[in-house]
Amino acid sequence: MSIQKSRLSVEKIDENFVDLHAPLNLLQAEQEAARCLFCHDAPCVDACPTGIDIPGFIRKISSGNLNGAATTILEENIMGGTCATVCPVEELCEQVCVKNTSEQKPVVIGQLQRFATDHLFAQAKQPFQRAPDSGKHIAVIGAGPAGLSCAHRLAMLGHQVSVFESRPKAGGLNEYGLAAYKMNDQRAAKEVEFILGIGGIEIEYEKSLGKDISLDKLRQQFDAVFIGLGHTAVNALGLDNEAADGVYNAVDYIEDIRQQDLSSLPVGRDVVVIGGGNTAIDIAVQIKKLGAENVSMVYRRGLKAMGATEYEQEIAQTNGVVIRTQGKPVAIHAADGKLSAVEFEYTQTDSNGRLVGTGENFSLPADQLFKAIGQSFDSQPLSDSEGPQIVAGRIQVDEQQRTSLNNVWAGGDCTTGADLTVEAVNDGKLAALSIHEYLK
Amino acid sequence: MADLSCKIAGVTSPNPFWLASAPPTDKQYNVERAFEAGWGGVVWKTLGEAGPPVVNVSSRYGSVDYNGQRMIGFNNIELITDRPLQVNLDEIAAVKKAWPDRAMVVSLMVPCNEQAWKEILQRVEQTGCDAVELNFGCPHGMSERGMGAAVGQVPEYIRDVTGWCKTYTDLPVFVKLTPNISDIRQPARAAHEGGADAVSLINTINSIVSVDLDIMAPMPTVAGKGAHGGYCGPAVRPIALSMVSEIARDAQTQNLPISGIGGINHWHDAAEFIALGCGSVQVCTAAMRYGYRIIDDLVDGLNNWMDSKGYNSIEDFRGAAIPNVTDWQHLDLNYETIASIDEDKCIECGLCHIVCEDTSHQAIRASKDSDGKRSYTVIDDECVGCNLCELVCPVPDCISMVEVENGKPYLNWGGHPNNPMRGG
Ligand SMILES: Cc1cc2nc3c(=O)[nH]c(=O)nc-3n(C[C@H](O)[C@H](O)[C@H](O)COP(=O)(O)OP(=O)(O)OC[C@H]3O[C@@H](n4cnc5c(N)ncnc54)[C@H](O)[C@@H]3O)c2cc1C
Ligand SMILES: Cc1cc2nc3c(=O)[nH]c(=O)nc-3n(C[C@H](O)[C@H](O)[C@H](O)COP(=O)(O)O)c2cc1C
Ligand code: SF4
Repeated sequence: MSIQKSRLSVEKIDENFVDLHAPLNLLQAEQEAARCLFCHDAPCVDACPTGIDIPGFIRKISSGNLNGAATTILEENIMGGTCATVCPVEELCEQVCVKNTSEQKPVVIGQLQRFATDHLFAQAKQPFQRAPDSGKHIAVIGAGPAGLSCAHRLAMLGHQVSVFESRPKAGGLNEYGLAAYKMNDQRAAKEVEFILGIGGIEIEYEKSLGKDISLDKLRQQFDAVFIGLGHTAVNALGLDNEAADGVYNAVDYIEDIRQQDLSSLPVGRDVVVIGGGNTAIDIAVQIKKLGAENVSMVYRRGLKAMGATEYEQEIAQTNGVVIRTQGKPVAIHAADGKLSAVEFEYTQTDSNGRLVGTGENFSLPADQLFKAIGQSFDSQPLSDSEGPQIVAGRIQVDEQQRTSLNNVWAGGDCTTGADLTVEAVNDGKLAALSIHEYLK
Repeated sequence: MADLSCKIAGVTSPNPFWLASAPPTDKQYNVERAFEAGWGGVVWKTLGEAGPPVVNVSSRYGSVDYNGQRMIGFNNIELITDRPLQVNLDEIAAVKKAWPDRAMVVSLMVPCNEQAWKEILQRVEQTGCDAVELNFGCPHGMSERGMGAAVGQVPEYIRDVTGWCKTYTDLPVFVKLTPNISDIRQPARAAHEGGADAVSLINTINSIVSVDLDIMAPMPTVAGKGAHGGYCGPAVRPIALSMVSEIARDAQTQNLPISGIGGINHWHDAAEFIALGCGSVQVCTAAMRYGYRIIDDLVDGLNNWMDSKGYNSIEDFRGAAIPNVTDWQHLDLNYETIASIDEDKCIECGLCHIVCEDTSHQAIRASKDSDGKRSYTVIDDECVGCNLCELVCPVPDCISMVEVENGKPYLNWGGHPNNPMRGG
């Protein structure tokens, strides 16, 4: 059978999905912390989108003040626990660690961050207190990293927050999207619980903007509104047979990986992934871990142009994913409504830097095809109301996350900027601070 | 959140962390930034007589590096402040005025005559400072001129100078002790007799941190020559803790407030000094090594630890370890522990075996099976419970010392049958 469940034993699947990096033990954490130079005006702090005082928290690990270390992290980034395992540190803090220059090896900041936050979470300790009640009430739309970060900071500042979330669970892509081997042990759900632990935040589940609620109404009912809708649409290939059996949107399947019993998922023998970003890597790696035999990830340009970092590419390769470049999908072949192969045209870059087809094709047999060619923001949920200005398909915001509407802020994937958890968290924090100023 | 405020010899500060008298406290620019960072107080860099200031050499500092870590020990051949007296006094007054809640202690060192002390005290009092600290500790440069350690090594001088100071000022008088002496209780008692309100210790220890084998001279070198300097930093902490404990449990000085100094780098180092009775602690090397910002974790770490222990204030645990510091002859010779190795944690490095083997007890047997797997077994009858193996074991909690329930009563050397002087 080409597509089947349980290609691997439950034990084997569990083994495949263990943490990408095992948590550091005390000895490792101490030694790694001792490598940190406690730099002045440290480059890693500049490189962290949320500006965590990294040398400061690492010194606290060294002194054994682990709860203090975690608090230092969470003060700037309330999702410091998730970010510790999902941030592309190789392009952020760790990339600029001065130890790269002196020892060709950065301090493993992400893993130390996990060590500290795990320690605090294990005691179910709430390090933050709320300011006295301000009497203000703010609506947050979307309980993803952007929305929850905004809600937490607002609650800390003494405001009351109502969060409207279309899904039955909070966390956004932390819960439904990030690779399972980066987010084991219900870490997303536990983090949500921790964030709500501060009090003053109420989540209304299965309430969708544009359906159950409208922006116009929220603006009337609340003192301010924050929009953190994330991406609301996936890009299509525009080819025939896209609805054939075996063709999936990568993000939908990834959601199943995060929500379903892993051994219940359909897994192909020959799998093709189209795309060059981290979503493409994540689906390719995870389908391989689920037991697919041949997994090819095909990208239309060269390796250097890929959205996925070099480190992510390496993860794919060490997991046995074949990365093919310069191939543009031209046809999906199906028999009896079932996917059979995907055909690509070889591409090259012409002298003007444009990607052009060469006229030569290759075909890959496939019983599963995952489309990972990007998500986008669909402003449909805003269409029943006066909407904020949209530029290049995203909600336009200024440096304080203010939209063109006077009492509306936005952040995360629905606004411009890098689509990363840590960026969404920072957007939410900045918006909360700006809302706080506005409501004073 | 615990209350970290402290009060020692009438001097109060919002937390017990003071910067010790040294370069980080030598000018307004520095001290104000230290206060902004959160330090509870400072002891201003030692002032000398009016007149031409001292002259310093270059270079001035030496370091003991160990396994890739810098400055686990540190020394210096600097003198007291090299800035004019009036400049310092004006700045002290300005800082105290701007930061009234912080402890401002002024360190002093003038020649050993009554008039010199009287004059400087009159001028220092004008600054509005909270106390003075008499620097009887500097081991180099000043002692050759009959000051610093030259005074600190002669208890009578300490007593007399302290007495003069108590005569000529109402400010609390802290006496800073030199560790370059065989029995620290003598100078502490002398300070007490002279009327000191508190003692501060330790100052730096005579040292040569290293010899440069190319130029054949001690470090730091000044034009090819070097001199002994004052040693401080994490490596001296054990010496300081011991000296503090001697004073804290001496019948004559047990109520004398102590400001603890020496190798404090982290909050738990400070907690240890406080547990041995110190009312405040002073830090020099760690601030010189990393900058004032270390105060953040000193305060936060101490606070979190106190919360975890249920201590609400410094007084709640100050001196709590003193009753458990005793002399060797009072230790229970019938108390026994033996080493226990957790085989699941063992990484097979063999260090426990070789240190026991070569340190003469031969109590850990090493064996290797046919697969090359090594294992280490404690021979209970041979183990004397010295805990060397526990100390060298690189894995946390792999070797532990387990108490042997031998049912024997407390027995110290005084009553032990092997003691020829045993009291009948
Ligand atoms: C497969 C995948 C892997 C990724 N891996 C990484 C990674 O390793 N590292 C990293 O840093 N980033 C990663 N990202 C990106 C990261 O997940 C996002 O940048 C981040 O989640 C954006 O947060 P957000 O709050 O803006 O949006 P989301 O996380 O998408 O949250 C938006 C929330 O809004 C809710 N919502 C949507 N529409 C409505 C509506 N109409 N009404 C009410 N609620 C609504 C959603 O249900 C959701 O809960 C990955 C993304 C994907 C898709
Ligand atoms: C460079 C340097 C200069 C010092 N100058 C003085 C001084 O002027 N007066 C004084 O009482 N102690 C002086 N000290 C000693 C410190 O105040 C302190 O007692 C000692 O360094 C031990 O503390 P530490 O281990 O935290 O450094 C000096 C120490 C250093 C390193
Ligand atoms: S630290 Fe360096 S630059 Fe600064 S005074 Fe000393 S030798 Fe000169």
